[in-house]
Order: sequence, then structure tokens, then C-alpha cells
Amino acid sequence: MMQHIIGNISILGAAPVLNLGLLIDGILIGSIFALAAYGLALVWGVMNVKNLAQGDFIMLGGYITWSLGRHGFDPLLGVPVAFALLWGIGWVVYRLVVSKVITRDLFTSLLATFGIAIVIQQTLNLAFGPDTQSAQSGLPSWTFAGGLITIPATRIIGFGLAMVLALAVIVFMKNSRMGQAIRATAQDARAARVLGIDTEKVYSFTFCLNAAICGAAGALVALVWNVQPFLGTTYSIRLFVIVTAAGFGNLPAVIAAGFGMGVFEQFGGFLLGAEFQQALIVILLLSVLAYRQWQYLRVRQAVQ
Amino acid sequence: MNFVSRQTLPFLLILAAGLVAPFLLPAYSNEIAVLWLMIVFASTWDILGGQMGYNSLGNIFFFGAGMYVCAIVQIGLYYDVGMYTSGARTTHIVFSTAQYFTGFALGTVAAGIACAILALAAGLIVFGLRGPYFAIGTLGLAIAAAELVASWEWVGAASGISMPVFPGGPDTQKIFFYFLLFALAFVLLVFLRWLYSTNFGLALNAIRDDEEKAEAMGLHTRRYKRTAWAISAVFLGVAGAIFGNMTGFIEPRDIAFPTTTFNLFMVVMVLLGGKGTLWGPVIGAVIFHTIKEVTWTYFLGWQFIALGALIVITIVYFQQGIVGWLFEKYPRMFAPRAAGRREQESEIGVGLAPHPEGAE
Repeated sequence: MMQHIIGNISILGAAPVLNLGLLIDGILIGSIFALAAYGLALVWGVMNVKNLAQGDFIMLGGYITWSLGRHGFDPLLGVPVAFALLWGIGWVVYRLVVSKVITRDLFTSLLATFGIAIVIQQTLNLAFGPDTQSAQSGLPSWTFAGGLITIPATRIIGFGLAMVLALAVIVFMKNSRMGQAIRATAQDARAARVLGIDTEKVYSFTFCLNAAICGAAGALVALVWNVQPFLGTTYSIRLFVIVTAAGFGNLPAVIAAGFGMGVFEQFGGFLLGAEFQQALIVILLLSVLAYRQWQYLRVRQAVQ
Repeated sequence: MNFVSRQTLPFLLILAAGLVAPFLLPAYSNEIAVLWLMIVFASTWDILGGQMGYNSLGNIFFFGAGMYVCAIVQIGLYYDVGMYTSGARTTHIVFSTAQYFTGFALGTVAAGIACAILALAAGLIVFGLRGPYFAIGTLGLAIAAAELVASWEWVGAASGISMPVFPGGPDTQKIFFYFLLFALAFVLLVFLRWLYSTNFGLALNAIRDDEEKAEAMGLHTRRYKRTAWAISAVFLGVAGAIFGNMTGFIEPRDIAFPTTTFNLFMVVMVLLGGKGTLWGPVIGAVIFHTIKEVTWTYFLGWQFIALGALIVITIVYFQQGIVGWLFEKYPRMFAPRAAGRREQESEIGVGLAPHPEGAE
């Protein structure tokens, strides 16, 4: 094991260009994490709901894209289609469950979304089977540095789309009437209600927007990577790590942490082997939580 | 006299039911044995979740840890563990009766001790976290354990370990493990009945009601929290050791650290029965397990969807649980202690504050 890791480190040392390849890959994939993490931070900040079904929304979007590709459509079409469909699914989930738990304690909403996550996972498993799938786009890959760096076109497109989408959401939040209402509700829901903002509508809109963002992110995941019914939990934990590390009120930090997560995973996966990927993410979660605690301990507060 | 019998009657009923059940319903003795396991799950979860207000999503960690510690001790006493678990082993391995029981007894004790130590150590990491962070942190602990064990060759990695074979016929084996699990559940309930009547139980409730105030009153909250977790860890570890031997085969993701089945059942059973009470988790476990066993086979692949839906429905619409509902509906009949205390309080409280409970 140890030898294996040292061997991999020496490979990186011997061929520095490999580092560059991993870095580029990490950033391209990290853009998708950043996008979905932004959605999580939005719901977290506005509604104070920690959505554990986040990763499963991503998988839903991924499977929508994959199905489109299988039926002869261009998988790139999956991005808008998954966005729209997940908006609807988000609305149903909000009406049935989330609206009922939003005023209760945090564990209630956490457990309720965990329940939703299980329902989605198992439904996907029944509908599509437990195999790993990925949408075939038929786009080329480019190789550089004598074959050491490979960049598939889908990753570039995914990166571009993720950035465009994130930008659109940010502009929307800054300038539109609804965006202002969302930000006002996040600051102080009671004051917002007093000033005539329909917070119920804001919550509903925020949750739907988040689900739709996840859908689009999932479409990109299906394009550049792969989807599997039970991968959702891993994504949820990843996004949780990103948002916890960055703090949900800090948008640039969330995006930076998303990229950081992508890069960390590429290097970690390369050094330890792909089978440690999930363990690596969970251990990172525990480290981030431990660090936050240590930080709060100095000012004698609890992480809550 | 009347008071005493009211306190001990449920225990006598459980004792009688537990002793008679495997002989009355021999065909279902395995299912009933698992029911005792479920009661252990629910009651240990309630120590933190109900009494202390710390909702853990990773208690299954100790179940799996106990299972693996016991297996390693059982095998390691007589053979080389790495050789035993490797798929390519050539020697045929048998455990004599004496070897089996010595290994099992020592393994179970070791599992209990190891889990207590693990809980005290892990408590250092997670008990500075509150609310949802605690839930996610503990969930992370359980998933990390599953993933790490699944890639650890020495203990058989993802393909698991075949446990030593029980020396004796299948019927003896059934009865043996049935009574072990029953004894564990019964001891746990008696122990909890005592624990919740001590100052320790009151301290846990104080932490649940307001941790800052409890700390300001001079309680070492961290120490209490870690001890409480260690208590539930010991019982879970022993349960894991017994269950591992009962199934005869252990494996990290679905048997030892099943984060989305047993781990969630614990929470659902407690919420269904009513958290923060002694009998709520037991009632919840009985109802949940019965419903599950009766309906599971009719769902054919849909069972986990039904489970998720059940979780959501319980949490959204029925959070006070059965016992909580009874307390609300018939406070005098089902909550004599709480009702009595409230009357006393209001007598004392006259002249101090008009609405001591309504004040926020």
C-alpha cells in the first residue's frame, strides 16, 4: 500500500506534466461541483434546510440526460431538459415534504431529505438497474504533451456550461425582483414578511431553482463522467464538505472550494487508487468538521 | 405495592414473552431474535437521540466495529487472520467446540471494550458539533468505516469473512443466539430503567433541554456526552458480535455498516414509538419490525422505496410518536411522573411567575 503510494508520487515527480493534466481535469470537474454546491448553499442559507437529497437530484438529472442520449437525442439537450424537469420534481418534493418541515428543527428536515434521497435512489435502481452509465456524445478528445494529457471536448463544454449557468444564476440573484426577495428572506425572513414579501413563494422558488440547478449539473455529470443510482450520497457528502468548508454565506469561497474539491479528488484518486475515492471524500468531511470545531472552540462556541 | 407492580409489570411481561416466544412460535424464532436486536438498536439510539438530544446518524458504526473486532479475536486466537480471510487459502479450517465458545466469549467482551474506547475517541471529534453537523459527522464516520474496511485486505476487504461454524445443530444454534439477543435486550432495558432514574439521566436531559445552561450549572457536558455514547456503543458492539456469529458471514457494506437500512431503522423506530421515553423505542421497534416482516415480501423490490416513504411520513406527520401521542392524549394515565411533577411545579411556582412554561 505504502509502496504503491510512494510509487505514484515518484511518477508525478518524474513527469511533471502529469500534474498539469490532473490539475486541469480537477478544475474542469470541479466546475460542476461548484455549480451544485452553489444550489446547496442557496437552500441552506435561505431556508436553513440541509438538503441531503442534493446528490440524488444530480443523479436524476444525469439519468434524464442518459435516457435522452439512448433515445437518439443529442445528450447536450439534456442540460435544458433536466433543468426543466427537475424544476417540476423539486416543486412536488417541496409541496409534499419540505414545506411541512421547514419550520421544525434542523434534524427533522435533514432526516426528511435523507428519506427523499432513499426514495430517489431506489426508484432509479428499479428503473435503470444498478449499472454505471454514461451519456455518449460522440465528441472528440484532444491529447497534449505526447499523450500524457487527454482533454475530452465534453469536459470543456461541461466547464463552459457550468460557468454560464452559475453566472446566470448570480446575475439573476443580483438584479431580478425575485432574486432580491430571496436575498431579503435569507437575511431576515420575518422582516421580509413584514415588508410584504411572500416568503412561502420565495422558499418554493428557491427549492425549485436548486433542484433545477442540480438537474443541469447532473446532465453535465452524465456527459463528462458517469451516473449510478447510489452515487447520489457521495455527491451529497461532497457538496456538504464544500459548503461547510467555505461557509454558506460566502459565494466566491463556495466556488473556490468546488474547484478545490475537484483537484483534491483527482490527485487523491491518482495517488491512492480509485477504490479509495469515496473513503477519501468522507475523511475529508470529517477533517473539515474537526477543523471547524477547533476553530469554534477557540471562541467557545459550538458548530451548529 | 401497586406502584411497584406498575413499574415492574412491563419487565415481567417482556421476560415471559421472551422466554416463551421461541417455543410458542418456533418457525419465527429468527425473526423474533432480530426483533430483540431491533429493540437494542432503538433503545441505544434513544440514549443520545431522545434523552440527550443528539441525533446521531452513525450509531451503526459501533455495530459493525463490534462485529469485526469479535471476528478478528475469534479467528486470531487460533489462526492467522490474513491467511484465514484470503480467498486463496489452502488449509481447511475447523474450530473445536471449546475453541469456538472461548473465542466467541472473548470476542464479545473485546467487542464491547473496543467499542467503548472507539466511542470515547470518536466523541472527541464529533461532540463539538451540534444538530445537523453532528448528524452528518456521525454519518460520515459510519460511511468512512464501511469504505475503509471494504478496502482492507487483511479483514477480507469487500468480500467479507466467513465466521467460524457453530458447533451444534441448526436448532441449537437458533435457540442459542435467540437467547443471547433476548438477554442483551432485557439487560439493556433494565439498565436503562435504572440509568434514567439516576442523576446521570437527569444530566442527559439537561443537555437536551439547554446545553449552555447545563454547562453554566457546572456539568461537564462533554464528559457526559462521551460517556452516554460509550454506553450505547458497548451494547451495540456486543449486539454486533452476536449478530455476526448468528448470520455466519460478515461483510462491510450491507451487514456490518448498513448505513441505509439498520442505521435508519434505529431512527425511524424511535420516532415512530416516541423519543425520550423508555418504552417508546420498544413499542416503535415492535410495530416497525412487525410491519416490515409482514409486508416486506409483498413489495418485491419496492420495499426500500416504501421504507423511504415511511421515514418521510413518520417525520413529517407523526413526529411525537405513539408514546408521545398517548402522553398528550391521556396525560394522567400514561405519564404519571411527568403529570405529578408538573402539578408540584405549579404549586411551587405560585407567586413567582404567572406562566412558567409559556415564558420563552
